[in-house]
Amino acid sequence: MRDSFIRALTDLAAEDPRVMLVSGDLGFSVLDDFIARFPDAYVNAGVAEQNMTAVACGMALTGARAYTYSIANFPTLRCLEQLRNDVCYHRADVTVVAVGGGFSYGQLGMSHFATEDLAILRALPEMTVVAPSDPWQAYVLTCQMHARGGPGYLRLDKGQAGLAPGPVTLGRVRTVRDGDDAVIFAVGGILSEALGAAELLAAEGVGVRVVEVHTLKPFDVEGVRAAARACPYVLTLEEHSIVGGLGGAVAEACLEGGVAPRGFSRIGLRDLYPSEVGDQAHLRAHYGLDRHAAAARLRAMLDGHAVRALESERNLVGA
Amino acid sequence: MSAAAPLETEALARRLRRHVVRMCASGKSSHVGSGLSLADIMAVLYGQVLRVDPADPAWPDRDRFILSKGHAGACVYAALAERGFMPLSVLETHYRNGSVLSGHVNHKGVPGVEVSTGSLGHGLGVGTGMALQLRRMGGRQRVYVALSDGECDEGSNWEAALFAAHHRLSNLCAVIDYNKLQALTSIADTLGLEPFADKWRAFGWSVAELDGHDHAALKAAFAAAALDDRPTCVIAHTVKGRGVSFMENQVLWHYRAPAGEELAAALAELDLADQEAAMETADA
Repeated sequence: MRDSFIRALTDLAAEDPRVMLVSGDLGFSVLDDFIARFPDAYVNAGVAEQNMTAVACGMALTGARAYTYSIANFPTLRCLEQLRNDVCYHRADVTVVAVGGGFSYGQLGMSHFATEDLAILRALPEMTVVAPSDPWQAYVLTCQMHARGGPGYLRLDKGQAGLAPGPVTLGRVRTVRDGDDAVIFAVGGILSEALGAAELLAAEGVGVRVVEVHTLKPFDVEGVRAAARACPYVLTLEEHSIVGGLGGAVAEACLEGGVAPRGFSRIGLRDLYPSEVGDQAHLRAHYGLDRHAAAARLRAMLDGHAVRALESERNLVGA
Repeated sequence: MSAAAPLETEALARRLRRHVVRMCASGKSSHVGSGLSLADIMAVLYGQVLRVDPADPAWPDRDRFILSKGHAGACVYAALAERGFMPLSVLETHYRNGSVLSGHVNHKGVPGVEVSTGSLGHGLGVGTGMALQLRRMGGRQRVYVALSDGECDEGSNWEAALFAAHHRLSNLCAVIDYNKLQALTSIADTLGLEPFADKWRAFGWSVAELDGHDHAALKAAFAAAALDDRPTCVIAHTVKGRGVSFMENQVLWHYRAPAGEELAAALAELDLADQEAAMETADA
């Protein structure tokens, strides 16, 4: 996804001389082509994310269209107040790009897991929040975010749904599999696990709709409600804390719209800091975020004992 | 579009001080001491140094000013009103319900304010980005950022200091209102900054150290900064509460709003200063 992003940014810079890439001393080999082609549109801010964000903001307030680039929580949480006070309050045209969403850097430890970013960035007024599910989509959504203008947050992860390119619209949910018995809403590359769960349940005669929510803000309230009205059981899946992320956003949209699913459950990290070592697939399985966990939760919901199942999962994770 | 004509700065500074005292009194706001400390710097910048056009606050060729020590917002609003960005009557609304003039400087609804601040340690980084972008565009505009001394505790300033020096942002000038007091007690008893000038020099900045109430010295420093090939840090030694004897060097006036007899006494001192200046002018 990061390669697709930088390809998109390179194409955008060729058209738009206002593009400016400000890196936080990360992007080894990834940014080379961009830098070679547009040396004047690149600056390495060093290992100093507060200043990286402030500089990007100052440049944006002076006519640039700035992109900050770093890993996981460095361009977001480390400099959250610069995003809030400087970028968002001034509606500065700054797009924050974080590689390493969720467990992408699984072996590197909890410092490198972006697992609260979506909730925190979603809380900032003016901020667009996007997490693509495939490299081709990262390209398309980068271009759409550029057309919309900042402030924006683009969360890239190493997972991918593996879907063929199709129509994608910033701010609109995307139905990627049909079904009427239940719906799984998913954000980011972990969409692959939602599709896998739907496949597992299809073999058991359960039709699961899969809806991708690549844009958490602005949130497609009507699109989410429509899917939740059509399917009596609603499950959300995110490589992220269940606090304030996709699950919360779906629940808010449903309840405020008078949509009350027969069953509703969230899959995500249950308010804990992951300390397990392993790659993205291992960590998804370990923390119960993979297709098997999603299928099991849906089965439990359909059988009417989801709450009990959830309690036992919690205990498992806490042990 | 062109820059507004210069104003006489000593008289402007006295007007700014009276505005600050009245605004803090009528709004019952804090930070009167900070505004008085900064008044001469603001008078020199807005009176003669900054190339700005009150008729066109977004004039692309304007110089940029950021008050990073956002709590001295009253002094900026006063300078903008005196410069003609808004009517002087707007100053009376400071701190009031429904006003655009919040205690910490705010850009929304206030022409001439480039950046809202209030959380310390934000302005220099944003100003650094502005300076870099202005240079990329080949502009001659300069960027001025006013910081407090206590604000220099914030590490983000030193990130910006590294960056600006590395990129030799000669169009960037930081002014530090070095009044030696921070929120609870003296700088020396909190986190000592000395040797302060050496720190900035070590970071690669050109440094001018001067009396922050001496207009001639300030003007000379800003003129020299414009010719330097490095970013410049003007360390302006100031007196918190300057101009009102009982407020000078008192942490209390970081918080307390003048009222009643205190207000009358403060304004009397400032009026007296104005009359003395008028007599001196007449004598000369």
